[in-house]
Amino acid sequence: MLPPVFGVLFDGLAYGMLLFLLSVGQSVTLGMMNFINLAHCSFAMLGGYVTVVLMSSYGWPFFATLPCAFIAAALVSVGFERAFFRRLYRASDLDQVLLTIGIVFISVAVAAYIFGTEQRPLQLPAYLRSSLTFMGVRFAVYRLILIGLALLITLALVLGLDYTRFGARVRAAVDNERMARGLGIDVDRTFAITFALGSGLAGLGGALAIEIIGLDPSFALTYLVYVLIVVSVGGLGSISGSFAAAIVLGISDVAGKYYIPQLGAFLIYLVMIGLLMWRPLGLIGRR
Amino acid sequence: MALTEGTANPRLYLQAQTRWRPIEIAFWLATLLPYALFPDYLSLASQIAIAGLFALSLDLILGYAGIVSLGHAAFFGIGAYTAGLVSKYGWGEPLTGLAIAAVAAGLIGYATSFVICRFRHLALIMLTLGFGLLLEELANSAGWLTGGVDGLQGIHTWKLFGYLPFDLYGRTAYAYALAVLFVLFVFARRLIHSPFGLSLRGIRENFVRMPAIGAPSRAHIRTIYTIAAAMAGIAGALLAQTTETVSLESLGFERSAEVVVMLVLGGAGRLYGGLVGVIVYMVARDQFSGIEPQYWYFWIGVLLVGVVTFLPNGILGGAAKLMSRRSRS
Repeated sequence: MLPPVFGVLFDGLAYGMLLFLLSVGQSVTLGMMNFINLAHCSFAMLGGYVTVVLMSSYGWPFFATLPCAFIAAALVSVGFERAFFRRLYRASDLDQVLLTIGIVFISVAVAAYIFGTEQRPLQLPAYLRSSLTFMGVRFAVYRLILIGLALLITLALVLGLDYTRFGARVRAAVDNERMARGLGIDVDRTFAITFALGSGLAGLGGALAIEIIGLDPSFALTYLVYVLIVVSVGGLGSISGSFAAAIVLGISDVAGKYYIPQLGAFLIYLVMIGLLMWRPLGLIGRR
Repeated sequence: MALTEGTANPRLYLQAQTRWRPIEIAFWLATLLPYALFPDYLSLASQIAIAGLFALSLDLILGYAGIVSLGHAAFFGIGAYTAGLVSKYGWGEPLTGLAIAAVAAGLIGYATSFVICRFRHLALIMLTLGFGLLLEELANSAGWLTGGVDGLQGIHTWKLFGYLPFDLYGRTAYAYALAVLFVLFVFARRLIHSPFGLSLRGIRENFVRMPAIGAPSRAHIRTIYTIAAAMAGIAGALLAQTTETVSLESLGFERSAEVVVMLVLGGAGRLYGGLVGVIVYMVARDQFSGIEPQYWYFWIGVLLVGVVTFLPNGILGGAAKLMSRRSRS
């Protein structure tokens, strides 16, 4: 028999992976492009609503809705990028924060108008809601899948951004835009695709997360803080840093709520401030 | 900030800036109009004066020193809770209450400023946000002291100077809040037009280069952050004393975000930016209050996107641009 601490560790890990899936897209846009996009969770919320609507109104299977959540969030984000964000790549932090928080407010109101303010539950098939018991500790299947998917996405992104031509183009465009243009890289297109990738990942993360954290219009604001914590603690532009930060924060949050419930969300903020003061550039910071 | 004539002699430039312009005098005289024109809206007017003071304190750090803070309501809340608790436990004298709240908020501001001055950009935004959230959780869990989600009850503010009671219509409250706002505004105005204020603007433009010309960036940031914290604390204390209640919402993230919105709407980095933004925002919210709050947020969002896209320096920045264009043609 394993002591209950393993159950807490497993739940913390799964929660951390959920935070990671929500924030990995932000790590791409904020980290690679240095653009503070507070509207990230709005795209995650869009992905969540796509999944819920496709499943409840059209009877699609859960896994078939995931690519749709990705594509919907990516397409909508490209529209926003073309219309608003691209003007602000060189603007101050404050302008980026203001514009994107404005979009968050709009998205919260629009979601409330279309879908109502109540929680939208997700009806998962039975095999996803079951759990395995191993040496006295219950492992929920869905959480195992979350962990597996998070590992896959990390691997794909790290390899993709470090070893492909596209990844090299993105890094070149970020490091020196004029030089990259001079070399014939279509910087606008590269940024648009990167942005779509980041927001698409947000949509996917949102679709995967709602089973555990629920979905209502305030989603875009509530989880924004967690996403920012993961990305800034992990280190800008570092996928593996976000991965590590998500694990640390997920486990400390779940463990804190399990062992010292009266502290509430206090612990996760304390961990964040401590980590940021220790390493202002994040756990694995490059800049 | 257009540096035109008199830039050759910095002393003359600063002196020219400190002169009171007719439009400023007209603005402050106009703040007395609610007594004559809208006597029913005096409590709204006192809320506006309080929010104006809060926005002014944020302007000192955000507009002038370039510290983007998403947790400035922390100091507002500390001031409000301090004034509320002092009054609840037996000392309801308003002016000393303000002073105690200012000292409390200033002390905590001074303590955190040692962290704030070491960081820029995203880490700074996240740290201010984190401090704000941490404090909100703390106030929430310390229910025995703060009343938790129910808010702090049982505050009683004594009469101002011993004979002016705080009435239901907000006559005393508005005069009190306006007077405090004016005194602190004059102080902030003096501060901004001093060499210290000028070096703050230098730090905003280039944090690293200022020490090279002899302005210690970090020490200056610590000073202005402490001053701004104390001013925000006074604003919070004013709210606690005039409404005789303090809620958790007074130090929440929404209030921090809202004050940034109001300041930017008016124009950050301008003394009157916060005041103009607060007036426009609060009057609009009062007029739209019949609409459900969710849709109010929709309009704030539209407003933010519009301001950033079309009016990068706020209402006052846009007005200044129009004026200079007209005088040139």
